[in-house]
Amino acid sequence: MIAAKNIYKSFDDNDVLKDINIEFETGRCNLIIGRSGAGKTVLLKILAGLLKPTKGEVWYDDVNFCKLNKFQIREIRMQVGMLFQGSALFDSMSVEDNIRFPLDMFTNKTRKERDDRVNYCLERVNLAGNNKKFPSEISGGMQKRVGIARAIVLNPKYLFCDEPNSGLDPKTSILIDKLIDSITEENHITTIINTHDMNSVMEIGDRINLLSLGNLAWSGNKADVLESNNETLKDFIFASPFLQKLRETALKG
Amino acid sequence: MIRGLLYHFGRYILMMGNALARPEKLNMYWRETVRQGYDIGIGSLIIVMLISIFIGAVAAVQFAYQLDGTLVPNYYIGYVVRDLTIIELAPTITCLVLAGKVGSNIAAEIGGMRQKEHIDAMEVMGVNTAAYLITPKVVAALFAIPLLVAVAAFLAVGGGYVASVPTGLVTHAEYVQGLRVFFVPYNVFMMFVKAFVFAFILTSVSCYQGYHVQGGAIELGKASTNAVVVSDILILLSDYIIAILLTT
Repeated sequence: MIAAKNIYKSFDDNDVLKDINIEFETGRCNLIIGRSGAGKTVLLKILAGLLKPTKGEVWYDDVNFCKLNKFQIREIRMQVGMLFQGSALFDSMSVEDNIRFPLDMFTNKTRKERDDRVNYCLERVNLAGNNKKFPSEISGGMQKRVGIARAIVLNPKYLFCDEPNSGLDPKTSILIDKLIDSITEENHITTIINTHDMNSVMEIGDRINLLSLGNLAWSGNKADVLESNNETLKDFIFASPFLQKLRETALKG
Repeated sequence: MIRGLLYHFGRYILMMGNALARPEKLNMYWRETVRQGYDIGIGSLIIVMLISIFIGAVAAVQFAYQLDGTLVPNYYIGYVVRDLTIIELAPTITCLVLAGKVGSNIAAEIGGMRQKEHIDAMEVMGVNTAAYLITPKVVAALFAIPLLVAVAAFLAVGGGYVASVPTGLVTHAEYVQGLRVFFVPYNVFMMFVKAFVFAFILTSVSCYQGYHVQGGAIELGKASTNAVVVSDILILLSDYIIAILLTT
């Protein structure tokens, strides 16, 4: 479980997050949704420890992350995997070396054990046989999958995904969503996904948190989305007249 | 302005403090150091060779021109070229050139990694990014740049020979005599002190500029330019300080 408690974040005079309280459950895909500029990425970076909150605390199970020293933070981070919006693959390394990097840096496994783990992760994201390719030689969807493989290579307890579907077609987006969902269930990971993709919301939204102008505007799951009368949620999810009609039809049964 | 300078100096010290932390995995750092050593050393060899040959040649020709019609013996050409390159031109000019080539490259590389979230990705993994990205570059430079400076000094003396002996400005015997007279081994020590100090300055300052890049392509370009400008200024300033400390 990861918990954000009374999180505030300001950049100069600009309040980006205001009193955010969210509990992200273990073994589930926890979504943070909201319009561009709502503060999703800032919240995710605070949860991952890449930014410090102006006020408030982040808890990893029973550990207050904000009170740790840099060595303790590194211990926790070894249990964290993160998929970045632009995949953040190291351009000068092959797919295989990208995935192997955390293994080389933090484990004392033999060469064969590391190779086996890399191949397992590549198979898990359906990219077996692409070991020697470079990030520039593969598609955006494949880069995301390599990013997932790298994020899970050390068997993390916590997985952060920053807009995993950005720049991908709907079909590939669903593929990536399902992959993240199944990995979360299999390994009983606390997964936090930052997205504004409606397919993701309806496909894997076990727990959805809507941010609006830096505030937590709504929380619920994908089943609640249709029935909720929260105006901010309706404005965001059913933004087009077509979707509004679809919602009305669905509610009429 | 002073506040700004203090801010950057404090941030630089903090970054270097983090960079000196214990490596997570020594062999990963070693591998990176070797790669950087190759990039800095072998990658800069051609430009250093070309520049130093011409510097030696120009020094010889200019000094010969100034000696013309004077009572100063011709072998002084070899002597002046030797000491000029060892004491000043080889370490300083080489490092000013390397600040442009290596320094801008380092700032652009690290800055690009910052912008593409590579540094964030490493941070989330638990890597001490200051240590992993900076220490290998500084250590590699501390080995490679003094070697490049030694090569530069040697080639500058050769360049002086090529420019002055075949053209008849001085005879082979006179030039060699000039190289041998009044030789002070301490000057070589001074050359290596300068090379070490300049190498540290140009790599650490360039790493600082790249590591703290914020924004887009324009900011990356600025960081790259700042890396060269600030390194050059600090190299010249430290050159003066070393000259005072080691010669008085």
